[in-house]
Amino acid sequence: MTLGLHLGVLALLGGLQLVLPPFHHGMLARIMVLAAYAAGYNLLLGYAGLMSLGHAMFFAAGMYGTGLTIHYLGVGVITGFLLGVVAGLAVAAAVGLITLRTAGPAFLIVTMMLAQAFYLATLYFNEITGGDQGFILSGLHLDLAGRRLPLADPAVKYNVALVVFAACLLLNFWIVRSPAGRILLALRENEERTRLLGYNTPRYRLFAVTVSGLVAAVAGSAYTLLFSYVGSTFAGILYSIYPLLWALLGGAGTILGPLVGTLVMTYLVDVASSLTTGYLIVVGATLVVTILWVPAGIVGGIRARWAPWLP
Amino acid sequence: MSQDGAPTLSRRHFLQAGGLVAVGAHLPGPGVARAAAQTGQGPLRLGFQVHRTGIGAVYGRWYERTTMAAVKLINEKGGIGGRPVEIVAEDDGTDPKRGAEVVEKLAVQHKVDLIFGTLFSHVVIASAPRAGELKIPYIVVSEGYHVASGRLNRYVFQPGITDVRAQVTAVAPWILKNLGKKVTLIFPDYAFGHDHRDFFSRVATAQGGTIRALIPIPPTETSFTKYFPRVPADTEVLYHVMVGPGVLTFVKEMGEHFGARRPQIFGFIDSLEGVDLASPGLEFLEGTYFWEAFPRYAAATMPPHVRFYRERVGVNDNGASVNDPRDVSTFSHMFGCWETLFIIKRAVEQSGYKKPGAAGYRAFIETLEGFQSFPEGTEHPQGPKKFVGRLHQVFGRQVVSKVEKRRLTVIHRTAIEDSMYAPEADYTKQPL
Repeated sequence: MTLGLHLGVLALLGGLQLVLPPFHHGMLARIMVLAAYAAGYNLLLGYAGLMSLGHAMFFAAGMYGTGLTIHYLGVGVITGFLLGVVAGLAVAAAVGLITLRTAGPAFLIVTMMLAQAFYLATLYFNEITGGDQGFILSGLHLDLAGRRLPLADPAVKYNVALVVFAACLLLNFWIVRSPAGRILLALRENEERTRLLGYNTPRYRLFAVTVSGLVAAVAGSAYTLLFSYVGSTFAGILYSIYPLLWALLGGAGTILGPLVGTLVMTYLVDVASSLTTGYLIVVGATLVVTILWVPAGIVGGIRARWAPWLP
Repeated sequence: MSQDGAPTLSRRHFLQAGGLVAVGAHLPGPGVARAAAQTGQGPLRLGFQVHRTGIGAVYGRWYERTTMAAVKLINEKGGIGGRPVEIVAEDDGTDPKRGAEVVEKLAVQHKVDLIFGTLFSHVVIASAPRAGELKIPYIVVSEGYHVASGRLNRYVFQPGITDVRAQVTAVAPWILKNLGKKVTLIFPDYAFGHDHRDFFSRVATAQGGTIRALIPIPPTETSFTKYFPRVPADTEVLYHVMVGPGVLTFVKEMGEHFGARRPQIFGFIDSLEGVDLASPGLEFLEGTYFWEAFPRYAAATMPPHVRFYRERVGVNDNGASVNDPRDVSTFSHMFGCWETLFIIKRAVEQSGYKKPGAAGYRAFIETLEGFQSFPEGTEHPQGPKKFVGRLHQVFGRQVVSKVEKRRLTVIHRTAIEDSMYAPEADYTKQPL
């Protein structure tokens, strides 16, 4: 039933492209890529119980890994994407090893410091990375089964975003329901007890950070391919905070929470910024109300009240 | 009301309500205006991508005021091609992700005719690909070299403000001739500072100057005392382009380090846009020099069109708001919105542009690329301009001012030709 629900959500997203007006069609493509990023974050926060403030470095590692190789080496879209994912995987594994001995606030601070170092490195190596101004990737095509599909085409963009999101969502679903996912939950609830039960907790923490960073890098790589831009802003602290907010709003520790949180927050910013320059107050107030009334987030609240079977 | 207090609808109320509905149906709401614009009959709707929040908010506030003043004037004079101008503003939060979304929203949802007004380089560079994909003219007021460098696409123009390379190219010879040939540069260690480092160094060394030291300041730096000892003792000119909230500290610590035995100091007004020169801590700038695009402080000799521009935008003689003297303008940048709007007017009217679409945009873009000059006057108060169609970039005069009695006094104006460099791009070869 739960798998059916999640496949149904993916089918709904696939079907929506046929009826959505052009603006919302484009918005949803962007939201799906960012929701994939939030899903990666959620794996760490919601299931392993580790709050990171450095996920932008994984997202940006995917972005730069793809962008730089396409820009300088002229590799194709798929090769660039894979190189971005490998870059993200390498950064995530390194961060996972460095942060093995940290927990709680220490983990948060160390990830934030490492991400800040990564961000400053993107500025320092401005000659290569384009620094704060960034650089553009244009005219990208996806060569698939003998067909040349321009990534600027709205339908191609939407469906690539959907495939990326679906892959990340199903990966999360599979991990959460696997024995490894259960151990991550045990880590979240009581790491010391899990260790005493004989599990190699550092290994599972490393697994959680690496997979979470990998998914974030997949999203970063997809973002740069679909929206044609690479820039250090995406490595900044704000882009480490965003997935935290999206996951909390939608429901940390739920599979669909990141999608719902990203969707609600993106449209909230879009609508509120049209009405007032104080739109961040609206966003903040929404978060406060959510935390007070539905501490588990939107999907978490639904799970608590009506659908305890939701993963 | 009925006798039992429950609301009922009398015949009189029914007729009144019906009348209101009938009147309401004939009022042109936003949807009606959008539909009319789509047929080329209603208002010309210009999408304004504005930094209302984020790091560019001070600039955005003044860009919006200048834009609304220019639109008011244009509408008073009959609009553009006989159509009133309507501004559809969207805040991009000075964020590149949101910037691209705003371009999409303006083009696809609001269905504006054109998009203009973006300032910060990273927002421009992230938004430009989307404008190119949507094939809608995107006219920026950014000052960056990114347009003229050829990095963007055929739909992106910068006809209302000169770029940083042109500014540096124009003032470098004056600095070498009048202040000294041994120059040390202090600049923020990111793209804006690197543009100054690269372009100034190139021009200065080509003209017999010597770069004594290049001192980059990390963007997170809050104290600058450790950098000043790195300035070589034989430096004749200290060239600084620090921007952001640390500027006041930077100037104060520079004064504490050098005292009265300082080299000549030349800066870019970008450091102090929106900042009162009489602010405590800026005393050390007395007697130093700044680049300006458009003199912030009113002079008795300024031409009538400059006075007119200042009055219409609402700027007093000190370059601050007439309503709040503490609200200092971004005077050397915001004129770009005013001039851009009059260039849009000229391009729309000459091209016969009527409505969004490939034919209308082709005519608009080719007409704009064909422009060569803009005369000084009410429409171009900053001064005369030359436009290079293949670069999509305008060139103009630059100003060197000296801080005297906590105000900037103009002491030199460059010629337009002083700022021109060999083109490195040709957008006209790109397909539409």
